[in-house]
Amino acid sequence: MTTTPIADRTTSVAARATDLSKIYGQGETQVVALDQVSISFRQAEFTAIMGPSGSGKSTLMHCVAGLDTFSSGSVRIGDTELGSLKDKQLTKLRRDKIGFIFQAFNLLPTLTALENITLPMDIAGRKPDKEWLDSVIRMIGLSDRLKHRPSQLSGGQQQRVAVARALASRPDIIFGDEPTGNLDSRSGAEVLGFLRNSVRELGQTVVMVTHDPVAAAYADRVVFLADGRIVDEVFEPTADSVLDRMKRFDAKGRTS
Amino acid sequence: MFRTALRNVLAHKARLLMTVLAVMLGVAFVSGTLVFTNTISNAFQNSSAKGFDQVDVAVQAKSQDSKGDTVGKTPELTQAMLDTSAKVPGAASATGVVNGFTAIADKKGKLIGGGFQSEGGNYWGDKDARYPLKSGTAPHGSGQVAIDSETAKRAGYKVGDTVRISVDGPVLSPKITGIFTTDDGNVTAGGSLALFDTATAQKLFGKAGTYDEIDVKAAAGTSQAALKSALDQALPKGQTETTTAQKLADDQAETIASSMSGLKSGLLVFAGIALFVGTFIIANTFTMLVAQRTKELALLRAVGASRRQVTRSVLLEAFVVGAVAAVAGLVAGIGIGAGLRGLMGTIGATVPDGPLVITSGTVLSALAVGILITMLAAWLPGRRAAKIPPVAAMSSVHATATTKSLVLRNTLGALFSGAGIAVVIAATTMNGSDGQAPMGVGAVLLIIGVFILTPLLSRPLIAAAAPVLRIFGISGKLARQNSVRNPRRTAATASALMIGLTLITGMTVMAGSLQQAIDKMASSAISADYIVSMANGNQLSPDVDKTLTTTSGITASSPLRNAPSRIDGETEFLTGVNGSAIGKLTDLKVDSGTFKVAGTQVVVDDDTAKSHGWKAGSTFTTHYEDGKAQQLTVSAVYEGNALIRGIMLDNATLSPHQTDPADMQILVKTADGASSSTKDKLEKALGSNPAVKVQDKKDLSNSIAQVFTLILNMVYGLLAMAVIVAVLGVINTLAMSVFERSQEIGMLRAIGLDRKGIKRMVRLESLVISLFGGVLGLGLGVFFGWAAGELIGAKMSTYELVVPWARMALFLLLAGTVGVLAALWPARRAAKLNMLSAIKSE
Repeated sequence: MTTTPIADRTTSVAARATDLSKIYGQGETQVVALDQVSISFRQAEFTAIMGPSGSGKSTLMHCVAGLDTFSSGSVRIGDTELGSLKDKQLTKLRRDKIGFIFQAFNLLPTLTALENITLPMDIAGRKPDKEWLDSVIRMIGLSDRLKHRPSQLSGGQQQRVAVARALASRPDIIFGDEPTGNLDSRSGAEVLGFLRNSVRELGQTVVMVTHDPVAAAYADRVVFLADGRIVDEVFEPTADSVLDRMKRFDAKGRTS
Repeated sequence: MFRTALRNVLAHKARLLMTVLAVMLGVAFVSGTLVFTNTISNAFQNSSAKGFDQVDVAVQAKSQDSKGDTVGKTPELTQAMLDTSAKVPGAASATGVVNGFTAIADKKGKLIGGGFQSEGGNYWGDKDARYPLKSGTAPHGSGQVAIDSETAKRAGYKVGDTVRISVDGPVLSPKITGIFTTDDGNVTAGGSLALFDTATAQKLFGKAGTYDEIDVKAAAGTSQAALKSALDQALPKGQTETTTAQKLADDQAETIASSMSGLKSGLLVFAGIALFVGTFIIANTFTMLVAQRTKELALLRAVGASRRQVTRSVLLEAFVVGAVAAVAGLVAGIGIGAGLRGLMGTIGATVPDGPLVITSGTVLSALAVGILITMLAAWLPGRRAAKIPPVAAMSSVHATATTKSLVLRNTLGALFSGAGIAVVIAATTMNGSDGQAPMGVGAVLLIIGVFILTPLLSRPLIAAAAPVLRIFGISGKLARQNSVRNPRRTAATASALMIGLTLITGMTVMAGSLQQAIDKMASSAISADYIVSMANGNQLSPDVDKTLTTTSGITASSPLRNAPSRIDGETEFLTGVNGSAIGKLTDLKVDSGTFKVAGTQVVVDDDTAKSHGWKAGSTFTTHYEDGKAQQLTVSAVYEGNALIRGIMLDNATLSPHQTDPADMQILVKTADGASSSTKDKLEKALGSNPAVKVQDKKDLSNSIAQVFTLILNMVYGLLAMAVIVAVLGVINTLAMSVFERSQEIGMLRAIGLDRKGIKRMVRLESLVISLFGGVLGLGLGVFFGWAAGELIGAKMSTYELVVPWARMALFLLLAGTVGVLAALWPARRAAKLNMLSAIKSE
């Protein structure tokens, strides 16, 4: 299999990083978190980013999602170049174009499930698209829990609310940071199922960081990072094929 | 355990900062008060002790105990007694002292000083040891005077200048022959002193041939006690009293100490309020610190620390914080003490010099107050810490506040509040002073009750603000929800502000209502255009009345003449008036009878009538000061007021019994009514006398208002400390909220709320909490103001509740400003939070 990033596919690209580098510190204490990474996330594709801890997988996602700054290179969300944006514009971009799912759910405990779902639109001062909202809620299956507060929901239900929140504003791209990290395997499978459905049925673009091969198997492709570089890529992965690749890196890492 | 506690203090420096500041401010207030009052009273005592340098034994006329039905006449110190004193064995010299009120005018003709401290006296011979001359010579004859150097400096007088002086009636224009220095307490406190030669002083003060005091100096080798007994032997029995200078100094020191203790306890009350408010902040901080450390404390318990040890470690932490704050507060307090003395100097009150006095008592009480308050406030959080089960170390879920204990809390709060309201309302129906104690108790109960209830009250009251907050979109919505998220913390924060505003509002309502009542009463009861009185409140010379009756343009005038008498064996002061004019000069509400003051017909105010059981038509016997008795008839009972009250009888009836008519005020009605030209004319007719005050009704209102404004401003100033402490509390709470919710704030930033939105959210939360406290404070304040007014104002027919809407709006605005200002720093911090680390932190 090829290890070069594929940028020449015909489908349009939702987000693209080119020669992206992120360096912490200076001189001898310098740490290179991302080393000239180039990658594209195509529309209606579900990508999983994997790699050992410290490989830069979270940093890559944060930089592409406009949550973190980068040292050099370029990041585009749609047609917008992130490097030139001020904090205010970046915030607006995240609000309007990007959806987020966090490991720790990160719902506001004072808001009901429904209020949490519409929060990004409330921040923007926009009215949610009723039809779309209904279909999202129907899909995640929480119609009877909308008035509940997060503390009254189970972890799986909370993360489903978080998925709905990310989907509700119809972002160009959704980023998930270990979305199943805090869930048991059944709830995790549910959440991953929704994410895959949103890609298949709604044409949503999803990028997810994970260290779980089972989770990664839900994706259309898996990108492997090590030492701030993309080292491998698997299309149509299964849990076994992913695990297999991971073992190979581990072996390589030990022998090198 | 101590090391753990110390480490914790150091680890939470920033969060403990506000607590330290709050404790520090309170302690600074306490120690500042102590340092200031100790320093001042020490300085006064030193200066008064110096004042007795020239005296060993003072001889005074024996004050007569009034017995039976006659008003006693005080014996006088005669020239013979002075001569006797000077010749007593062991006496080196004897000085006769005469003194009285003497007003000195500045170069523009205005009175120097406040009037109450304008003193005059005699300069003894050519060289008076009491008053060393700085320049010039001793005064001789009626055309010469010596004045003190402070007054000379203030008014710019030199030896040789002519100065306008008034003792009671006519204005004198003597020449200044000497300027002397003195340690006289009145002068050091900002008054003036004018000295004449002895004969002139005796004549001016109406004490021809007599003295107020004879100061005897002992010869070398004679003790004060020996001289005192020698004088007691030599002087006529039963007419004099001798006191050693030592005793005089001690007595004066005691007087100073007691007057200072009043000031001290007054200031300490306000310091106490500030400290009380501070305890809320301390309790809040420690509750938070314990909540944040749940896991850590549970771990301690899991590895074997006992409950006692956990509580002790929290208390130890409080001890360290309290000690640091107390020391800082003490240092700040010493600065405040020194600063206050300087401030007194600049506002005109001259304070005698002296070293800054810092007693061990001050240091100890400052430290004790700071440490005890902090530990006391941390006690409950400490107990809560001990209740954390060891298993909490294993679970990742933070312990959430249960709503269960709020039920108990609300019941308790409702009971306290209900009892408080009932007691306060019951107290308003009581009689004046009887109601004060129950009202105080009720007020404290109600404040405690409302404080306990604030978590419950916070929900509906803050929900009421929702429509306004909706304007601010999602920030407003989140702010509202955040502010009720931890009702206890919000309540403690708002309560701190509530207490200050309750007191401020209560005082304002009460003062405003009383001021209006007194003002109305005084002005509605008087139809005179002018009131003439002495600047120091003393009696006017009889000449003033005589002058006024012959001045053109005056249609009616009447003195209010004070005359002691005995009725039913008790001293009662009669008011002698011009019976034919008083009806035109006053507009008194008559409760019963027909208002008539002539011959033996007198009018009596309602209070006096009630205490003697008189009605219109009653008769009673009075014994005048000359011992003669007369039967008088009550023609009418009128409603008394601050200016006119008591038994009024015609001067024609009273005068034959009086040797020295004491006119306290003279009411004057003019043909042209009150105007500035009429006032000028009146003042001119009275010889433009600096000692005589001519006031129209507006002046009267103004002087009443002035008193109230002064008191209110002082109270505002003192309560400002409590408000500042409350602001620290708001800052603290917000900072803690921001810290606690950093993960949420990070998420909000990530999903698209910009920095402005975050800032606005924190600011609005602060505003909501502050306004909540403000509204509670205003409500309670108006209630207390009303209740206190009912109690005090019950006797005044003109009393009615004045709700100072404009002021209250201002206070609410102040509360809002407090909220916005307190949020500045926490809001900035929240907006600057690093999104990524905030999201990851758990």
